[in-house]
Amino acid sequence: MKLFKEILFPLIAVIAAFIVGGIVILIIGDSPIQTYKLLLGSAFSWPDGIGYTLFNATPLIFTGLAVAVAFRCGLLNIGAEGQLYVAAFAAAWVGMKFGAPDPGNTFVSQIAHLPGIILVPLCCLAAIAAGAIWGGIPGLLKAKFGSHEVINTIMLNFIAVALLSYFTQYHYKVPGDPIMQTAPTSPSANLAHLGKFIPGLPARIPLNLAFILAIVACILVYIFLWKTKWGYEMRATGANPSAAEYGGISIRKQIILAMAISGGLAGMVGINEVLGYRHRYYDGFSANYGFVGIAVALLGRNHPVGVFLAAILFAILLRGGIFVDAFTMHVSKDIVDMLQGIVIVFVAAEAMFRGPLKQFGLLKRAKV
Amino acid sequence: MRQILTLSLLFSTIRLSTPLVLAALGGLYSERSGVINIALEGLLLAGAFTAASVTYYAHNPWVGLGSAIVAGAAVAAIIAVACIRYKADQVVTGTGINILFIGLPAVLSGALFLSSGSTPQIPKENLLPVLSRFLPFMPAWRVFTDVSIISLLALVVVFVTRYVLYRTPFGLRLRAVGENPEAADAAGVAVNRMRYVGVIISGALAGIGGAYLSIGQSSLFTRNMAAGRGFIALAALIFGKWRPVQTMLACLLFGFADALTIQLQGVPVSVKILRLAILLVCALLGWFITHQLTFIRSALTRALLGITLGVAAGFSILYFATRGLGMVEIPVQFIQMIPYVVTIIVLAGFIGQSRAPKALGTPYQKEK
Repeated sequence: MKLFKEILFPLIAVIAAFIVGGIVILIIGDSPIQTYKLLLGSAFSWPDGIGYTLFNATPLIFTGLAVAVAFRCGLLNIGAEGQLYVAAFAAAWVGMKFGAPDPGNTFVSQIAHLPGIILVPLCCLAAIAAGAIWGGIPGLLKAKFGSHEVINTIMLNFIAVALLSYFTQYHYKVPGDPIMQTAPTSPSANLAHLGKFIPGLPARIPLNLAFILAIVACILVYIFLWKTKWGYEMRATGANPSAAEYGGISIRKQIILAMAISGGLAGMVGINEVLGYRHRYYDGFSANYGFVGIAVALLGRNHPVGVFLAAILFAILLRGGIFVDAFTMHVSKDIVDMLQGIVIVFVAAEAMFRGPLKQFGLLKRAKV
Repeated sequence: MRQILTLSLLFSTIRLSTPLVLAALGGLYSERSGVINIALEGLLLAGAFTAASVTYYAHNPWVGLGSAIVAGAAVAAIIAVACIRYKADQVVTGTGINILFIGLPAVLSGALFLSSGSTPQIPKENLLPVLSRFLPFMPAWRVFTDVSIISLLALVVVFVTRYVLYRTPFGLRLRAVGENPEAADAAGVAVNRMRYVGVIISGALAGIGGAYLSIGQSSLFTRNMAAGRGFIALAALIFGKWRPVQTMLACLLFGFADALTIQLQGVPVSVKILRLAILLVCALLGWFITHQLTFIRSALTRALLGITLGVAAGFSILYFATRGLGMVEIPVQFIQMIPYVVTIIVLAGFIGQSRAPKALGTPYQKEK
């Protein structure tokens, strides 16, 4: 029964969003059924559909987990976007500076030539640490000055984008390159594509070890939140801060810790993006991963299993969007952004479904 | 420097501040009534897209402006219903609306104009007029009157808002439900109705701001054309301490930073100016840091101590960093960052206390 209730509202929110989206599609003059068939059905072909869907899901799992951890502590981290940018740049910087240079990089000088077995973990740590610091700043500001983390994380998103654009443009871009991207990272910093290990999955599909890392992160977040004392204290702070404080938990410490962990998780997007896919920092690479992470966390009820499933759902939509663009008359792939937005509003306002559900007897009336 | 500090910089500031002022004042009505409005970005986009498409078909900017107001108010009404009636999380709902309006205009323009996210060009005579059209001044005065009529409207709205907020019963009630809804309710004010009105006014004003972006400042809607202005407006609202005139001044400051960014792009300036800027920043930073040392009783002593230390630190930085430089190019990214950094500093309580309306963000539940 509890599980049923947990699944019920997200499911209704998604269905409601699809109905609203369907009406928009109808008004535009396309067939909603055909559009949704393309949107949802394109993800299940082997190997391309599944490979790309899981690749698209990887960053969303990380940002979804990031938002979920902060949520459990009663904080809203809208800054995952900035945190993942800073982390991606940190990973790329370590990848450029500490490994044997890529032939395409005759510009950035090296500090050391580390082998891949040391360099890859070092890049990952750099990404996580950078994300954790960028997430920890609003945590610190909230703990020390009481300033609202929502505003501060939004501001830090913009600061991150401007700062990284400066570093890319003035210091790490190969001169003459018209694209805003850094020089390539060392080939020893590359993360293996899963095509290497799975027969039938071609190596051109960028699905890489970061996806495995995302699954590990889901498990670790579950263990941390529900099986450790620290996680318990964090959830207690989120559930009732004054009771937690009365129980001897330092709320300030929890806030800083939760935001840093959240930032670190968001930062892991950089591992997928830089080490596993582009092998350089690319200005403006994120397709709103940080903001979609909010939708993922909400739809997944801030639980790692839910986050995983919600991330897969949104990744299916992202994959399907390409086909909608190509094979419908009027609807473009922007329908995916639209649906995501509507899902968020419906999940947030889930109370609107409560009345009708009670009427149909699907939900017991709450005993007050 | 003299080429930079010209009249054109002043008018560029006014032009760039106009959408900020309108959006920020919109945010003011909503937040003073106790509802966080993080969706200003989405509301600007809704207004901009509606204004551009309606003007394209109707060949009349006033019809376009009117429909932008209606569109902004309608979207705000959705936010209001979700947040007030169904007690949805205000920040999450706002984020959903922001994502929705990245997608929805693109979907609609794809269907209406067969383009990916922008509307067709609107001829100049169908755009919102500039003041010089109404004033029979000599051509030499043109530079003074090359300001949109919407800029004038924004100025009027600022003072109307100031009057309404502090001199009318409506303003008193609006502030009361944002500060202490229980007391307002006890005094017979319909709390939720006031909040609906506040949020819907905010949508209408942001809609005007959006119309200015698409059919005032430029001549078409382009994908994501608000480009973070909704968030800068939010920052200005905080910097302006939720007060109309101060908020307008904050918008002018942020607009000035924006104008400076455009003018300084790729223009080398004398290193003297850079030195002056570094000294100023160091002095302010020193002041902020010593401001924390509460064991020094006198605020004047703290300020003097901080400024002296800051200037000393600044000189030592300058001695090492800018030796032997003649002309330098100031990276525009650092100027772009100013609004965001300022907001974080203000929120942390360094420059006076910026206190949000007390009931901001909490839905009101009538006592049973």
